[in-house]
Amino acid sequence: MTIEEIIENFSYLDDWEDKYRYLIELGEGLSPFPDALKVDANKVDGCMSQVWLSFSKEGNVYHFMADSDALIVKGLIAIILAAYSGKTIQEIQHVNIEEIFKKLGLDMNLSPTRRNGFFAMVEKIKSITL
Amino acid sequence: MNKKDFPIFNEKIYGNPLIFLDSAASAQKPDVVLNAMEKIARTYYANVHRGAYYLSEMSTIAYEDARKTVAHFIGAREKDIIFVRGATEGLNLIAQTYGRTLKEGDEVLLTEAEHHSNLVPWQLLASEKGIIVKFAEVTEEGTLNIDDFKSKLSDKTKLVGITHISNVLGTLFPIKEVTRLAHEAGALVLIDGCQGIVHEKVDVSEIGCDFYAASGHKLYGPTGIGFLYAKAELMNTLQPWQGGGDMVKTVTFEKSTFAETPARFEAGTPAIIEAIGFAEALRYLEKADIEEIEKHEEKIMNALKDGLWSIKGVKPLGDMSLKKSLVSFNIEGLHPQDVAMLLDKQGVAVRVGHHCAEPVTEKYGVSSSIRASIGLYNDLEDIAAFIKALEKSKAILV
Repeated sequence: MTIEEIIENFSYLDDWEDKYRYLIELGEGLSPFPDALKVDANKVDGCMSQVWLSFSKEGNVYHFMADSDALIVKGLIAIILAAYSGKTIQEIQHVNIEEIFKKLGLDMNLSPTRRNGFFAMVEKIKSITL
Repeated sequence: MNKKDFPIFNEKIYGNPLIFLDSAASAQKPDVVLNAMEKIARTYYANVHRGAYYLSEMSTIAYEDARKTVAHFIGAREKDIIFVRGATEGLNLIAQTYGRTLKEGDEVLLTEAEHHSNLVPWQLLASEKGIIVKFAEVTEEGTLNIDDFKSKLSDKTKLVGITHISNVLGTLFPIKEVTRLAHEAGALVLIDGCQGIVHEKVDVSEIGCDFYAASGHKLYGPTGIGFLYAKAELMNTLQPWQGGGDMVKTVTFEKSTFAETPARFEAGTPAIIEAIGFAEALRYLEKADIEEIEKHEEKIMNALKDGLWSIKGVKPLGDMSLKKSLVSFNIEGLHPQDVAMLLDKQGVAVRVGHHCAEPVTEKYGVSSSIRASIGLYNDLEDIAAFIKALEKSKAILV
């Protein structure tokens, strides 16, 4: 699913419960993250939940894979991957993730103070593709 | 207890009333505290102990009065009260002053339930001075294993560090008995009173401890201020740990002589406005009557425990019945962060994680948990709303 489709689907959901149910669904739809990749080097630091991130490069295109032990974080990850994965460095640099989360009404989750591993993941993607 | 005294409860969180169950991390502030701080800043603020003018005189009197209020609150003498940034600084102060008199092979005996702030300062010192840090076991129920404590206490033990109420387990630790045993063995006793002093009347002369540290912000006061109770007779023999203004008697290029405690350990301009706000918070608590607060909190805790038991799959860390001020728990099959994020959307504030006490959290076989902690402003409606929100979160997640 593209990030545009996710944004559109979100726009049909009025109350927070439905939004979070959909978020969980998105997380469940992520392609499975191999246990073999759940190593310290792929771990994104967070105080509250565990997040793993790995990537591969195909020419100029980055593919990201990620997982979390928390369902909502996994849903947030699905949004991040839709925004960043399968794109070139140039495209990645043009992603305005803050804007996307604002549109989804989930911008509170991007706050660095949340320390949920999820903000750290965005930082990690940025550092990988710098 | 009156929620109306606390202006934050007028706020709405995503359109919901605020259900604040994270007072163990930091408590909300009553109007009287905020007003006292605003008053000094607006009308008589100046640096303390320095200026020969009216405002400085007024600020100094208020600052020293704040020390008197703290001393009175815990049954100590004014000269035994050192103002610090918070309990963390108080605990580090002891590690960096008394701790520096320890020699290789000397032992510091802590409990497994210590917050990182009463653990890491000793590890730092251990790696530098070759002292040995030992840990007395915590039982399955979440209290101190006193036999294990006794077996690890010896004439090598120079200091015992113990929490008054565990910030993860919410249980009272036997600080009086531990103090007596430690003194018999010739060790000094340092109590981390961060959680304890908020929920129980503290009289340091009755406990008999040598040091007691607490934070203002957990006691309904501002951040950036706390106190360390430490007997002047001992502190005056110790080297200061920070140098600066106000802590010296004479200074030449060659050497300095130091003021007596508490000035000895309060280098630089202190948190003047915060100290005055803190004293106001303590007066507020005295007026509300600590024993009345305890009675009220017991009622709220009982409702919280009943409510949690009513939810299928709730697994508390330790014995729920022993918890005095907070419950850390998990719900089977659910990730604590998911639960907390959904609670947040419903206006409920709880803490998630290892609560800055990783070793003890891991002891209970979990890497994180949800912690609901109460303050004097919580009422039965809060608990009912919390349990309802928890049920709803659960329904969304399963």
